[in-house]
Amino acid sequence: MPAAAISLRPSEVQQGWRRWKSRLITCAMGLSAAVVMTPLFLVLYFLIREGASSLDWNFFTQLPKPTGETGGGMANAIVGTITLLAMAAVIGVPIGVMGGIYLAEYGSERGNDGLRFAADVLNGVPSIVWGMVIYVILVTPFKTFSAYAGGVALGLMMIPLIMRTTEEVLLLIPQSYREAALALGIARWKIILVIVVKAAMKGIVTGILIALARVAGETAPLLFTALGNNFWNHNLKEPIAALPLQIFAYAISPYDDWHRQAWAGALVLMLLILGTNICVRLLSRDRRI
Amino acid sequence: MASLVESVPASALRSPGRRWPDGSFRLLAILAAATILALIVLVGWVLYIGSGDSIHKFGWRFLVSSQWDPVTEIYGALPFIYGTLLSSVIALVIAVPLGVATALFLTEMAPQWMRQPVVTVIEMLAAVPSVIFGLWGIFVMIPWLRDHLFQWLKSTLGWLPLFSGPVYGVSMLAGGIIVAIMILPIITSVSREILRSVPNLQREAAYALGATHWEVIRIAVLGYARRGIFGAAILGLGRALGETMAVTMVIGNRPEISRSLFAPGYTLASVVANEFTEASSPMYLSSLMEIGLVLLGLTILVNVLAQIMLRTLTGSGTRKVA
Repeated sequence: MPAAAISLRPSEVQQGWRRWKSRLITCAMGLSAAVVMTPLFLVLYFLIREGASSLDWNFFTQLPKPTGETGGGMANAIVGTITLLAMAAVIGVPIGVMGGIYLAEYGSERGNDGLRFAADVLNGVPSIVWGMVIYVILVTPFKTFSAYAGGVALGLMMIPLIMRTTEEVLLLIPQSYREAALALGIARWKIILVIVVKAAMKGIVTGILIALARVAGETAPLLFTALGNNFWNHNLKEPIAALPLQIFAYAISPYDDWHRQAWAGALVLMLLILGTNICVRLLSRDRRI
Repeated sequence: MASLVESVPASALRSPGRRWPDGSFRLLAILAAATILALIVLVGWVLYIGSGDSIHKFGWRFLVSSQWDPVTEIYGALPFIYGTLLSSVIALVIAVPLGVATALFLTEMAPQWMRQPVVTVIEMLAAVPSVIFGLWGIFVMIPWLRDHLFQWLKSTLGWLPLFSGPVYGVSMLAGGIIVAIMILPIITSVSREILRSVPNLQREAAYALGATHWEVIRIAVLGYARRGIFGAAILGLGRALGETMAVTMVIGNRPEISRSLFAPGYTLASVVANEFTEASSPMYLSSLMEIGLVLLGLTILVNVLAQIMLRTLTGSGTRKVA
């Protein structure tokens, strides 16, 4: 700092030390940032190094081979994950978006504070707990693990995520839109759906995609709901395979060939999730609202 | 919201003929929002009912006994509670200083062009699924820890009970490290938001007194943001407690309480993940439910605390979902 206090200026030595200390700490903080970023690069590096060589035609078209045989693929797990996500979206999207509409368009200030608080707390519920709860509600009564149970578990986890992002984007829509529409005598529900939600559509879709990417990698809630399956699922009332489940099962197995496939599956899952995140970023880059 | 909208009498806006769609749409929205509350009640209720047998049979002893024996049907959760708390504390000890330093770097020091890329990388780190961290942990991190870091810790700090005993690789410390990696993004991003809310006046005043860059941060910025950063750390703790897959894959899954961080441990979430589908008797299942209930109670407590700290600070609830 040039020219600080005039009469009370500390000695040159002390000044120099203070400046050095400041520089040293700046360096340390820069280093921390580098350390924080390192794991992402390490994980990506190993995923590509270990996984890329196993990504062949078979991986995307074959079922897993029985223990001891090499080869096979994760076709059923990939389709299973997509099926589960579709079911999750059917539950999570309407409830989440409508909840967001309530918060932004209808709710009172105090009530909203409570609801936001509840949504944030719900968001912090460990994913394994969701698995247990859905097990009790949807697996025990029907006496079978099922794709439905897995889909519901993921769907419920999406609700608070989508609700909060939807609310945020709806609040960005100028109040004058609503007032202009009201002045034309349009019903409130039409204003919300046709004008407000439509104007905020891009942001809402972004929030939905982020929520989907987040639950796509969830394993814990599927352990005792979807369970996993080594074959094709032909009936949603039966267990279904999912990429994260398959990665977990293969990773803790003792076979090298399964480890290889676990890396390949992890690479696919990571590409799916990072791909979605990057798309969302490109989508929202030139976002006006 | 909707100040003008509300001040217009509702009857003036709607012709009687289309009153019902408006009402039912509103009702749907209310129901959707109420789902949130219903879900919280549902989760707690299901676990509470499910753990009834165990609560009735073991009472408070469940929380302080360290016997976990499916054969004799005696269950105590202490090793799991210990493992969950210890691995989370290790994670916080590593992640809080690193995360806060990174947040400070991003808000106070980094050149403008560098900020967005770093933030993006950290957001991507947050998107990596737990199971992939676990996979990487098993095959990359554990061997490295076992052959390098743990050996070094043992030779330099081996006289401490914390770093004594045989080194297997899978361990409480490995679990703590992997959780640290996973909670770094949330601690960094929430701290960053808090730091950005520190008024510039605060910094300018310190500069005017002749403070160096670090002194400005220490006196003006950190002093102002202390409470919020504490909130960020608590939020990270909430995530750490419930972390399941990655921890299960690297912590060793042995229900023992050991003084050494090199010894394998077990957490509440891990024991549920490993044993829930194998629970053969009603009492076994009920005990696992109670484990889930304990975990839920811990995380809700911690999350409520964090939200309260962060909310009173920013004064509004519109903080982004972390």
